[in-house]
Amino acid sequence: MRGDPLTILLVEDNPAHAEMVIRSFNDHRVANKICHVLDGESALDYLYRREQFAHPTASPRPHIILLDLRLPKISGLQVLQTIKNDPAQMSIPVVILTTSEAERDLAMAYEGHANSYLVKPIDFAKFSQLINDLGLYWLAWNRQPWDES
Amino acid sequence: MRKSKLIILLVEDNPAHAEMVLRSFEQHNAASHIYHVSDGQAALDYLFRRGDYENPRASPRPNIVLLDLRLPKLSGLEVLREIKTTPDLKCIPVVILTTSEAEQDLARAYADRANSYLVKPVDFDKFVQLMHNLDMYWLGWNYTPCPDRRNATNVINKETQ
Repeated sequence: MRGDPLTILLVEDNPAHAEMVIRSFNDHRVANKICHVLDGESALDYLYRREQFAHPTASPRPHIILLDLRLPKISGLQVLQTIKNDPAQMSIPVVILTTSEAERDLAMAYEGHANSYLVKPIDFAKFSQLINDLGLYWLAWNRQPWDES
Repeated sequence: MRKSKLIILLVEDNPAHAEMVLRSFEQHNAASHIYHVSDGQAALDYLFRRGDYENPRASPRPNIVLLDLRLPKLSGLEVLREIKTTPDLKCIPVVILTTSEAEQDLARAYADRANSYLVKPVDFDKFVQLMHNLDMYWLGWNYTPCPDRRNATNVINKETQ
């Protein structure tokens, strides 16, 4: 992990939202690499290096995962549960990034051991500020155990 | 961003470090109240509203816990485990704030479901920056499913093992 480019795995099926996230990170120059997948199944393929992500250079271990809840194929909650129940993956911070403020979604996300839960601002300037603060916190300040793989 | 009266529980036995946290928050006029305890037992008494902390006014429910690892009476990891296995408390973000960069401490903290792990900067200006970013992020952007429960009883339910 140390010396690797700072990598974010973005799991987002809405292209406009994904665009906003990627633009914001690029504007603030916080992350070196953003890997974007469009559904829950691809997220797990990425993390477990399956299918098109089989080669490690195609899927560097992420420093954080930004995870939407409403996803095709496998839901965000299922992705979360898979990651957080796996000792080899559980130390990667998972930050829910969703439009939902529903109590039920919040409760389920925390029950599933999400590290954090963020609601996407509608306004791009606010969205950009969120991404800046998020990037700074999780990539510059937060520490994780060293990745052996 | 959420707007609410924000409560931080700081669990820190080193008075100089506690002072740095308090001063850092004062510096940027954060709209937060910091409650400080100096050992692991006091942290749990606070959260479970026991002993000196029976009165809810003396122990308002925190929006976040800043938790050192090396503590008297009960270790930070033991406090973390209690919080993360108690239904009424497990949704409170727990941010480890420690001098330790040891792999073992990092691994154990995440295994016990710490939300985040921060190493205290030695430099005070950096410390202030960290506290500022922490405040913006956890108390500004982050959502939790634990609204203030105006009708809550004083009893915290512990999961049966």
